[in-house]
Amino acid sequence: MTTAPAALAPPEALPQNGIVNGKIGIACMIISEIAFFGTLISAYVFYIGRDINGPYPQEVLDVSIAPLKVLFNSIFLLISSVWIWLAIRSMRKGRMGAFIFWWALTVLCGAEFLVGTGFEWYDMIVNDGVWMGTNLFGSGFYTLVGFHAFHVTMGLFVLTLILILTLLGHVTPKNVEKVDLVSWYWHFVDGIWVVVFFVVYVFGNMPIS
Amino acid sequence: MSVLQPPAGPDAAGPVPFLSRLHEWVTTVDHKKIGTMYIVCGIIYLIIAGLEATLMRWQLTWPGMDVLTPEEFNRLFTMHGTTMVFFVGMPILLGSANILIPLMIGARDLAFPRLNAFSFWLFFFGSLLLYFSYFGGQGLYGMGSAPDVGWFAYAPLTERTFSRGHSTDYWILGIFVAGIGSTATAANFIATILGMRCRGMTLMKMPLLVWIMLVDSVIILLALPPLAAAQILLLFDRLLGAHFFDAQAGGSALLWQNLFWFFGHPEVYILILPGFAFVTEIIPVFSRKVIFGYPLMVAATVAIGFISLGVWAHHMFVVGLSPMLNTIFMGSTMLVGVPTGIKMFNWVATMIGGRIRFDTPMLYATGFLCQFLLGGLTGIFLATVPFDWQVSDSYFVVGHFHFVLFGGLVFAILAAVFYWFPKVTGRMMNETLGKWQFWLLVIGFNITFGAMHVSGFLGMPRRVYTYHTDRGWDFWNLLTSLGVIVQILGFALFALNLVHSLFKGKKAGDDPWDAWTLEWSTTSPPPPHNFEEDPVVHSRRPLWDLKHPDDPDWKYE
Repeated sequence: MTTAPAALAPPEALPQNGIVNGKIGIACMIISEIAFFGTLISAYVFYIGRDINGPYPQEVLDVSIAPLKVLFNSIFLLISSVWIWLAIRSMRKGRMGAFIFWWALTVLCGAEFLVGTGFEWYDMIVNDGVWMGTNLFGSGFYTLVGFHAFHVTMGLFVLTLILILTLLGHVTPKNVEKVDLVSWYWHFVDGIWVVVFFVVYVFGNMPIS
Repeated sequence: MSVLQPPAGPDAAGPVPFLSRLHEWVTTVDHKKIGTMYIVCGIIYLIIAGLEATLMRWQLTWPGMDVLTPEEFNRLFTMHGTTMVFFVGMPILLGSANILIPLMIGARDLAFPRLNAFSFWLFFFGSLLLYFSYFGGQGLYGMGSAPDVGWFAYAPLTERTFSRGHSTDYWILGIFVAGIGSTATAANFIATILGMRCRGMTLMKMPLLVWIMLVDSVIILLALPPLAAAQILLLFDRLLGAHFFDAQAGGSALLWQNLFWFFGHPEVYILILPGFAFVTEIIPVFSRKVIFGYPLMVAATVAIGFISLGVWAHHMFVVGLSPMLNTIFMGSTMLVGVPTGIKMFNWVATMIGGRIRFDTPMLYATGFLCQFLLGGLTGIFLATVPFDWQVSDSYFVVGHFHFVLFGGLVFAILAAVFYWFPKVTGRMMNETLGKWQFWLLVIGFNITFGAMHVSGFLGMPRRVYTYHTDRGWDFWNLLTSLGVIVQILGFALFALNLVHSLFKGKKAGDDPWDAWTLEWSTTSPPPPHNFEEDPVVHSRRPLWDLKHPDDPDWKYE
C-alpha cells in the first residue's frame, strides 16, 4: 500500500496517537495477575470457616504473631510505594542521586517485608505446627500469602537489578518511562497486599460467633 | 533482529544448509515464522488427537469390542480433549492471529517480538510435557501413564488418592506452562492492536478480524489466569498435601468445577471467536460486498466477550445448584445467543445480493455457517435446565460441542488456511482437492456427529468404553464410526494438498482473491519487514480505495 495522493487523503488520516506499547503490555500483565490473585482470594474466602480441625486462624494469627506485627510489616511494604513514586519523580527531574536513594529505600522496605514474612512463617510452622497439610486454613494461607511473597521476591529481584544497573551507570533519566513500568508492577504488588491483608488477617480472622 | 541470514527461499543464492535453516527458525522472532510454527505444531497435534479419536471410535463401533482396555480408553479421551483444546485450537488461532494482526494493521511486527517467541516455546514445551506423561507419568509401576481424568479433570478424581503416579501432574504442568505463553501472547496482541496501527487506521477502521482478536485477547487475559491458579491449588493438593479439593478435610470438589468452568466456558469463546473472525473476513471478499453492519459486528463481539465470562455454571446444572442460580445461568447462556445471532444475520445479509464466488475458502465459510448454526441451536437446547438434566453427560452433548468446535471452528480454520495459504507461502492450494475434501468432510462430519445426537437421546453416556447390545445404540454408533472413515479420507486429501501445494502449487501473486485488507498489498510471502512503505489507510477497505480511486470507500464511511 503506497501513500495515497495528497488530494485523496481525507481529513481523518491522522498520525498515530502515540500510546506506549510497554505501558499497555504491563497493564495487561497486571490485569492477568489480578485475575490470578482474584482466583486465589476467592478460594481463600470460600474456605473461611470450613475447617474441621484446628489450629484455626483465630488461634494462630492472634496469639503467636500479634496482628500489630503484621501491620508493622505491611506498613513497610505499603510505604515503599511512596518511596518508589518519589524515586520516579526524582528521575523525571534528572536527579539520579535522589533516585538511587529512594529506589534503595524501596528495596530495603520490600526486603524487610520478606524478612517479616519469614519470621511469621517460622513462628507458625515451628510453634503452632501449621503447614499446608494441617488443615484448610494452612493450605489457603501458605498458598495465598506465599504467592504474594513470591511476587514481592520477583519485584525485589527486578528492583535490585535496576539499582545495580543504575550504580553501574547504565540507567539514565532518558530510561525513566521504562523504569516507571517496574514501579507499576510494584504498586500492584502493594495494592494486592491490601486485599490479601484484609481477607486473611481481618475478614478471615473474625472471632467465631 | 531475526534475520541474520538472507531469507531462505528459491530465489536465495544456492541451497541453504539444513542446520542454518533450522537455526533460523528456532531463533526467529519474526511474527510470520512464529505464526507458521504455531500452525504447523497445531496441525501435527490435530493428526495425533484425531488418531486418538479414531481409536476410540474403533472401540465403540460395535458393542463389546476389546480394541482398547478401559484404562486406555480413559487416557485417550482425556488426551484427545486436552490436545484438541490446548494444543490444536489455541496454537492454530494464536498462530493465525500472529501472522495476520501485524499484516492487517500495517505494522512491522508484534509489539514484543521476543516475548512472542518466548510464548511460542512455552506452548511447544508445555505440549511436550503433556505428551511426555506417556513415558514419565508412571510414578508407580502399573499406575498408568497418560492422564485419565477427562479434559476438565474433575476433583476428587484428580486427588492423589485416586490418581496415583504423576500423570495428572503432567496434565497440570503442561497446560500451566502453555497457558502462561497464551496469556503473554494475549497481552502482546492487545499492545500491538492498540499501539501499532498504521496511519489513518482508527479503531473503527480496523478489519473485523483485528477487532475480534482484540476482544479474544481480553478474554484470554481474564480467563486463563484463573485456570492457572486453580491448577496451582490442585498441584499443591497433590504434591504438598494441601486440602483444597479434599472433601474429607472440609475441602470442596465443587470449587474445582466452578474454577475450571470459569475458565472453561470463556475458553470455548476464545476458540470460536477467531473462527468468527476468519469467516467475517472471507465472506465479504467472496460475496464482493462490504460486511453488513460493521459497527454491530464490533458491538456483538464485545457483548459476546462480556457475557462469556458469566455463563460458566451451565456446565454444572446437574450438580444441584439452587434453582435461582440455575435460572440465572440459563438466562445468561441464552443471552449469548443474541449477539451470536446478530453475527449470523450479518454474515447472511452480506451474502444476500452479492456476486458470490464459491472458491474453497467461501465453501468452507458457508459450511461453517450451516454447521455452526446447528451446533448453536442445540446449545440453546442445552441451556434450558430441564433439557440439560435429561441429556447432560450424554452423547448429545458430545455431538453439540463437536458441531460447534469441529463443524464451526475447524471449518472456519480450513477456510482460513485455504484463504491465507497463498499469502503465507506464495502458492495457491489446489481447488479440486479442496472441494473434494470439503464434501468428504461435510458428509463424514454430519454422519459422525449427527448420529451422536441420536445415541445421546437414546441415553448413551459419554466416556463409556463399551456398551451392551440391547440398548438400541448399535446402529448409531456404527454410523458414527463409519463417518470417521469418510473424514479421514478428507483429512488425508488435506495433508496431500498442503504438501503438494507447498512445493508445486500455482504461483499466487500478491492478491489472488482480489481482496481489500492490507495484508494483500504486500508480496506473497511478505518480506521480513512486511511493508516496503508504511501504509496509510483511509477506509476499512484500503485496497478497494487503491483499486478504485474514482469511487473510494472513505467517501461513504
